[in-house]
Amino acid sequence: MTEITPKIVAEHGLTTEEYERVLIIMGRTPNLTELGIFSVMWSEHCSYKSSKFWLKKLPTEAPWVICGPGENAGVIDIGDGKACIFKMESHNHPSFIEPYQGAATGVGGILRDVFTMGARPVANMNALRFGEPDHPKTRHLINGVIAGIGGYGNCIGVPTVGGEMNFDPCYNGNILVNAMTVGVADTDKIFYSAAAGMGNAVVYVGSKTGRDGIHGATMASAEFDDDSAEKRPTVQVGDPFTEKLLLEACLELMATDAIIAIQDMGAAGLTSSSVEMSDKGGVGIELDLDLVPVREDSMTPYEIMLSESQERMLMVIQPGREGMAREIFEKWELDFEVIGRVTDTNRLILKFDGEVVGDIPVPSLVAEAPEYQRPWVRTPPPPILSADEALTGIEVGPADALVELMGSPDLCSRRWVWEQYDHMVMGDTVQRPGGDAAVVRVHGTNRGLAVTTDCTPRYCFADPVEGGRQAVAEAWRNLTACGAKPLAITDNMNFGNPERPEIMGQFAGCIEGMAEACLALDFPVVSGNVSLYNETNGIGILPTPAIGGVGLIDDVTSKMVSSGFVSEGEDIVLLGETFGHLGRSLLLRRYGIGDTGAPPRVDLRMERRNGDFVREFAEIAAVTACHDLSDGGLLVAVAEMALAGNMGADLLSAAEDIQPLAWWFGEDQSRYLVTLDQGEDLVTAAKSRDIPARLIGKTGGSVLTLADGNFIPLSKLRKAHEQWLPQYMAAS
Amino acid sequence: MKAAVIVSPGSNCDRDIQVALRQSAKVEPIMHWHQDPDLPAVDLIVLPGGFSYGDYLRAGAMAAHSSVIREVVVRANKGVPVMGICNGFQILTECGLLPGVLMRNAQLKFICRDVDLRVEATDTVFTRSYLNQQIIRIPVAHNEGNYFADNDTLNRLDSENRVAFRYCTPKGEVNAVANPNGAARNIAGILNETRNVLGMMPHPERLADNALGGTDGRPMFDCLVQALSAVA
Repeated sequence: MTEITPKIVAEHGLTTEEYERVLIIMGRTPNLTELGIFSVMWSEHCSYKSSKFWLKKLPTEAPWVICGPGENAGVIDIGDGKACIFKMESHNHPSFIEPYQGAATGVGGILRDVFTMGARPVANMNALRFGEPDHPKTRHLINGVIAGIGGYGNCIGVPTVGGEMNFDPCYNGNILVNAMTVGVADTDKIFYSAAAGMGNAVVYVGSKTGRDGIHGATMASAEFDDDSAEKRPTVQVGDPFTEKLLLEACLELMATDAIIAIQDMGAAGLTSSSVEMSDKGGVGIELDLDLVPVREDSMTPYEIMLSESQERMLMVIQPGREGMAREIFEKWELDFEVIGRVTDTNRLILKFDGEVVGDIPVPSLVAEAPEYQRPWVRTPPPPILSADEALTGIEVGPADALVELMGSPDLCSRRWVWEQYDHMVMGDTVQRPGGDAAVVRVHGTNRGLAVTTDCTPRYCFADPVEGGRQAVAEAWRNLTACGAKPLAITDNMNFGNPERPEIMGQFAGCIEGMAEACLALDFPVVSGNVSLYNETNGIGILPTPAIGGVGLIDDVTSKMVSSGFVSEGEDIVLLGETFGHLGRSLLLRRYGIGDTGAPPRVDLRMERRNGDFVREFAEIAAVTACHDLSDGGLLVAVAEMALAGNMGADLLSAAEDIQPLAWWFGEDQSRYLVTLDQGEDLVTAAKSRDIPARLIGKTGGSVLTLADGNFIPLSKLRKAHEQWLPQYMAAS
Repeated sequence: MKAAVIVSPGSNCDRDIQVALRQSAKVEPIMHWHQDPDLPAVDLIVLPGGFSYGDYLRAGAMAAHSSVIREVVVRANKGVPVMGICNGFQILTECGLLPGVLMRNAQLKFICRDVDLRVEATDTVFTRSYLNQQIIRIPVAHNEGNYFADNDTLNRLDSENRVAFRYCTPKGEVNAVANPNGAARNIAGILNETRNVLGMMPHPERLADNALGGTDGRPMFDCLVQALSAVA
């Protein structure tokens, strides 16, 4: 038997203090299998030890929330007896080491989180951050990640309907791959993970267990260095066809009343699933590891418990229903093995080859997991740049700047990405990728789920509180712009090393801003994931709290709004206040002094008021198109609407008191562009609610014309917008 | 009309076809599980898109050797209309009901987007509600849609008017720009000699509903229902 030395303890990522705690809980020296179990359960990835204290500050409740954070995914009520179940999760480290499999298994994992609760997945999204385009690895990483996401989602037959992709040098050594799944279930058929019923069968279903992914959770909890490529064996390998079988088999069994509890085997595999089920149920679980279906010979208990082989589930089945359940899984040609029983001991007992090879008190393993209030320092607020300071030395005119920005890595079309995703399978994608939010119909109805992912990391870095507010507000705004009532979010908190006080300060700041926005907008967090230690050789990423938002549209045939211009000669109205804020804007990134100054401020009261007004007005009046303003500001938003509708516009001049470049490219928040026949009606209605509103032009033609006489043919704009990414990817 | 949709474990467009057929026929198609022993007598068999048995070897290759597809071949040879979409087309070439093969897309990437098609053959139960040379917009979503056959076969397909659809520009020109996957002679769909078997890469079921952005695919289902209801 392996002796547990300080070196082995350290290799398992446990500190001396943490190991002492293990000794107290166990009352003896643990064996290697037990040490491995503590190691993964107490890893940052599984225990949230650095983040738990802060996560508690996020609002998680609303009348429509059925299940908030803590289960596999969040659950909200969407009416008519249906629930929407969704979550976003990161697969950053594996995707950097092995982009195709890392990204693919990220999608597989989040799909399982959602269908393990009883939902049929109806949409996938992703939020991706890559390094600078000129970095030698970036192209290869994009290729692999996109192919991996597509390869998995396309095969299982769940549409990948949208997402976001950014570039920044800070991600050169640590890309972010956050995958989100949205599913729909009946509200009376939601499944949880709490095991119950002494003697009930604990059943293993799905793929066999192999040696892949051992210590994946531990890897995800450490910084990278130059030898990271050596960690390739810790990346799992996905098989979407098996996941499809598992999905259908689980849903078929879920239609019966045979399942008491179900939990997917994600990070930390059989360990976390059995511990979770036993802890949630307040029961013990005894497993006979000889019965676990394995892919390879002579696997040890340690390997079986820590493997992260994909496409596996653990269930507790009602007595007497095992035969029926087995038939379903055999029909789908999947393994189905009773590998243990529920007990009343509150202990996880592992047997192998006739001997007890592990015996751990579950309540202590879970409740006494370390929790840290790590030291943190508040990020000093950056100075607010005046427009004069910001624009010093910038000679470009708005028209030229627009063409340049629309063809830049930050704003160019992502078509090259989403055309590799099957975004139409399942026949309910009523708003395809490329707009503010994607919309999928709730199958068999006219109701629609709007889905978006958002975050502006450069704002979060400059001012974490403001950036946290903005990420949530922008998700809310995107859903609002397509006519949806925003309901709830999932968050994927991607940060650097939490042991550095400035990183912890970013985390604390983002949480503070997010919490304020969630409260002000009635937009609670129902699920989420934390990914820390996103650093390579001590260089951290920009703080990136990716927000996945879900909203509901009552009737997609009448209440859904899209962003493209629709009819000639309509008024284009700008709603919300424009200050001409240029700090951290894309204009400055391209032409000015770079990513400097304070980010734009989000006034949450104004955000709420403007958004509620847009939604209300869209319902009663003939709004033909709506688009929110974000990266790049007003002129970029106009251009996006023009390209989406293949129709030009004639624009009026900038407001008198704001410099033209600041007017057109300032990134002030809480703003929308709306088109309609009678713009004056909207301006009047808005003003009666104290909402600044202004006619900025008229739709029509095939050219964008500015009041300064400059004009841009849409064909030129489209070429610039569409060509950058495919050309970049085709180069070598 | 009675229609059967063959459901393999990895089918993922089976429900989409079911919805389209239900909409046109007002009757439920039979969703026939691949392991069920007896394929009922039907007027139409559809092989839907997806990944049939995982498509590990070559898309459709494993399905071509399944018992249910062997039965489909028997029915097709007896004259039952068989329509294979996407993975269904791949299976039809692998099992020999249609000539040629579907190779990996020329650009080596999965491609999902609306494409324009020129209807080239309208004397079939599948296509007779379209006009000859009509241009329709239908989505593709595949990784292996690059149709290939030797020149003799391609010449024969042309001379026997067995190319049902070709990829074209919005104006109807058949050229390289309009070709999404490198398919020989821009072929998007072909017929067998007796014109009762159609294989096509584009998904007509995906644009048969205005809410999804178009209905150019719907006439295929409408005319199948009409033609085959008259038979029954």
